Amino acid sequence: MKDKLVVIGNGMAGIRTVEELLKIDPLAYDITVFGAEPYGNYNRIMLSPVLAGDKTIDEIMLNDEQWYVDNGVKLHKGVEVTSIDRVNRKVIAADGTEEPYDRLLIATGSDPFIIPVPGNDLEGVIAFRDIKDVDTMMAAAKKHKHAVVIGGGLLGLEAANGLMEQGMSVTVVHLMDKLMERQMDGPAAAMLKESLEERGLHFLMEAQTESIIGKDRVEKVRFKDGSEIYADLVVMAVGIKPNIKLAKEAGIHCERGIVVNDTLQTYDPTIYSVGECVQHRGVAYGLVAPLFEMAKVCANHLARMGIGRYEGTMTSTKLKVTGIDLFSAGDFIGDASTDELVFQDKARGVYRKIIVKDNKIQGAVMYGDTIDGTWYFDLMRDETDISEFRENLLFGQAHLGDSGHGDDNRVAAMSDNTEICGCNGVTKGEIVKAITVNKIFTLDEVRAHTKASSSCGSCTGLVESIMSHTLGGDYSTAPHLKPMCGCTDKSHDDVRAAIGAQGYKSIHTVMEAMAWKTPDGCSKCRPAINYYLVCKFPELNLDDSQSRFINERAHANIQGDGTYSVIPRMWGGMTTPQELRAVADAAEKYNVDTVHVTGGQRIGLYGLKKEELPAIWDDLNKAGMVSGHAYGKALRTVKTCVGKEWCRFGTQDSTGLGIKLEKMSWGSWMPHKFKMAASGCPRNCAEATIKDYGVVCVDSGYEIHVGGNGGIKVRATDLLCNVKTEEEVLEYSAAYIQLYREEAHYLERTAPWIERMGLAHIKEALIDNPEKRKELAERFNFSQTFMQDDPWEERAKGGEAHEFTPLKVIG
Amino acid sequence: MMSNWVEVGTLNDIPKLGARVVKAPEGDIAVFRTADDKVFALRDKCPHKGGQLSQGIVMGYRVACPLHDWKIGLDNGIALAPDEGCAASFPIKMEGNKIMLSLVPEDGCPNK
Ligand code: SRM
Ligand SMILES: Cc1cc2nc3c(=O)[nH]c(=O)nc-3n(C[C@H](O)[C@H](O)[C@H](O)COP(=O)(O)OP(=O)(O)OC[C@H]3O[C@@H](n4cnc5c(N)ncnc54)[C@H](O)[C@@H]3O)c2cc1C
Ligand code: SF4
Ligand code: FES
Repeated sequence: MKDKLVVIGNGMAGIRTVEELLKIDPLAYDITVFGAEPYGNYNRIMLSPVLAGDKTIDEIMLNDEQWYVDNGVKLHKGVEVTSIDRVNRKVIAADGTEEPYDRLLIATGSDPFIIPVPGNDLEGVIAFRDIKDVDTMMAAAKKHKHAVVIGGGLLGLEAANGLMEQGMSVTVVHLMDKLMERQMDGPAAAMLKESLEERGLHFLMEAQTESIIGKDRVEKVRFKDGSEIYADLVVMAVGIKPNIKLAKEAGIHCERGIVVNDTLQTYDPTIYSVGECVQHRGVAYGLVAPLFEMAKVCANHLARMGIGRYEGTMTSTKLKVTGIDLFSAGDFIGDASTDELVFQDKARGVYRKIIVKDNKIQGAVMYGDTIDGTWYFDLMRDETDISEFRENLLFGQAHLGDSGHGDDNRVAAMSDNTEICGCNGVTKGEIVKAITVNKIFTLDEVRAHTKASSSCGSCTGLVESIMSHTLGGDYSTAPHLKPMCGCTDKSHDDVRAAIGAQGYKSIHTVMEAMAWKTPDGCSKCRPAINYYLVCKFPELNLDDSQSRFINERAHANIQGDGTYSVIPRMWGGMTTPQELRAVADAAEKYNVDTVHVTGGQRIGLYGLKKEELPAIWDDLNKAGMVSGHAYGKALRTVKTCVGKEWCRFGTQDSTGLGIKLEKMSWGSWMPHKFKMAASGCPRNCAEATIKDYGVVCVDSGYEIHVGGNGGIKVRATDLLCNVKTEEEVLEYSAAYIQLYREEAHYLERTAPWIERMGLAHIKEALIDNPEKRKELAERFNFSQTFMQDDPWEERAKGGEAHEFTPLKVIG
Repeated sequence: MMSNWVEVGTLNDIPKLGARVVKAPEGDIAVFRTADDKVFALRDKCPHKGGQLSQGIVMGYRVACPLHDWKIGLDNGIALAPDEGCAASFPIKMEGNKIMLSLVPEDGCPNK
């Protein structure tokens, strides 16, 4: 017999937990759900758009009744549970139904707070919480004229806007002198009030309701100062309180909410609780993002996997009123120890304030233009050091350099057929449709359904903006430290630290010791772990070719049509007639379709069959050429200009230096590809200032530049230091590469890595601390003694032959 | 139903969590070996844009296509939701260490 799980509350948190549980262990329990509301499970946060007429109830259903049938979940719809019998482990419902449980999940959400004034029970006085309330409001709007919303917070303003869209004349009554005082500071709140007034809402600020007056139905609202206003409908939106009645009566420890630990377990170990009814580490949440995180952890423990802890969530806020953009997160007031960065342009209706402490964002409030909200939120959550771009922080991500989409991009204004993801050709409309049709909330789900942002990732910010515009509120469920992938809850840093501390020597041991959820990992985590092992133990030859992407396994770049490209190294972009002859001969001999002078100063041959690769490599090897690693997460090219030898402006031998750099570092595996360049003077013809490591020769020696990127998102380098000799350039280069190899996450290039760690951190390791620099350089050189074998040569001699020959040819 | 068994090699010819290609007149067939030494065969053509599944990363009973990372079930050739489509699956039977491949694909998938 399977264990029985009973869920009280058919809302967003409860059913999300059931979904997570079904995903990881569909057979663990016989599941029974009680829901007081007479519907399947719906997306409560979308009630606001429904009220505003932008959505219908059908569109916001998350799981219809068929879903429960399909998943073998028993649903008691419209049935309220009235007590929990903990001794006999059963729940009893209003209609007399009893259900025994082995595990119980309480997800009763919260109740709207109804202010205790006379007349609060009159007809026409309601809250804004469920479908029934929305129905009441829509019906009232058809018959009546005057609506009063008590409460100028998020919910109140969304209700007021919706009622206005339904044609009512609406007055918002607020106790404080500022709207949304818990999410907005003074200037932002004032701008918000002004734009809502322009749209036709009325406000009564600092007004304290004394009573609600009427015979059968509400007629007026009276305030403490004696004034009155007409009202045919009163909506109370002054806050919520966790719905703990059942739990309390059953003797489960409650304070403001039902107290749970980091596994979402209450004081009764058979009873779990998630959602707004919960109090975790002293906090009761009122937004969905934390609830979804709770659901994930709780499901994991219900499935007895026993991993994962819920450690609290940072939340951010947005208002779902079309045409009004506001965003707030974290501490946006600050104190004596914090700095305040403020940008305000009244005429454009734009306001931004960011609170910064020790170069980390503590909080932000934005009004008018919130496209960078998710970016600030990410920086805040990841505790990114912002010192490097602090002076541009207020102007937003677009101002850090961006070739793809600049300032003029305003998600809200985009037409549906605007292409968002250039890699996969996904339009805004398709993303919006995927979100609404499939009822999804997370970036990962959008990626899975549309492929948007699943390739190069440059459109991630835009996709996130579209999600927040479509979903409103806080869609983001990303936990504080992002797990590597769906196979684990562990982050990249966790895995690296464990490999270092425990000395794990195989992908399998890592996965086993760190409780991976899938047998062999996936195409995201396996290549990453493989790299971390190779980087940590270069001498042990731990590389697992089956955990490499095909390009690195076949040492050539797979093309759309299944053929491969071959790009030999041309050291420092230099070549000779002999090499050119060999390339030309090979191109003819193997009927190469295309010969291209690449963006990396080399020659690429395209259209080769996999079986031909060892032979063409052999031919090129014979002319002294080796693999250019144009396919690998490895050192790519070192671009140079002709430098002092020829150029009238040249100050040093940039070509020779480039060749030395390339000879030193070729063959090394890296977290991502790594490019260098050396220019002979500040005219910088080799474009050294958009390379991972760039050298600009000057009269007095060499400028060393780091962290540049010329690709998806252009980033100019930071100047690391000036040095006098070539030896120093090489030592700094080795040390810097090793630091990157040891610290960056797999698939993170130096530009985002430096932005995450802060330039100060790099300087600390390489400049302030010469000992550390020498050690890093030594570790790199040691590792290189195992890496500099030409993979082409090995394979031309017959290595890994199975990779290049068919298993069998039939017919 | 007709089948048409051909010996294509032994288990040791295929790396664990890897694949090899059998060239057949109707098109390439990818033969996979999982971590637990199960062998599966699929048409070497991803239902998305024809990527060679034999070149992908094998995980559990799935392979990630090398071109755009669709995940295809090894045992049935069906793309993992939310992607849709399938690559024809070919019966395999093991005779000791020998891999016997049937050139007649299972029914049910149009992409033979
Ligand atoms: C071959 C080459 C184009 C050419 O024919 O000129 C090329 C070809 C590809 N580039 Fe590139 N890039 C080439 C120079 C560049 C350059 C220019 C440079 O190196 O100075 C850049 C901008 C500089 C930079 O990296 O910052 C460049 C930025 C990219 C990016 C964006 C990287 C980024 O961090 O934003 C990608 C995508 C990625 O790596 O994820 C990319 C990815 C690719 C891939 C590997 C796409 C893929 O996964 O299949 C292309 C492989 C084609 C093939 O089959 O060979 N390629 N790519 C160039 C190889 C140079 C070489 O000799 O090795
Ligand atoms: C209009 C509106 C707009 C919102 N906008 C946003 C937003 O933009 N962003 C955001 O993050 N959040 C928003 N929220 C908040 C969000 O909807 C809630 O945080 C979330 O729904 C809480 O989920 P829950 O499962 O804890 O509670 P609920 O979704 O309320 O589910 C609890 C369920 O339990 C049922 N129940 C209670 N007691 C019993 C019982 N004894 N027996 C049987 N069933 C019972 C209730 O009927 C209810 O259906 C909004 C809320 C509202 C009302
Ligand atoms: S070579 Fe580079 S720029 Fe050209 S299509 Fe491929 S990835 Fe894009
Ligand atoms: S061709 Fe296989 S995923 Fe695109």
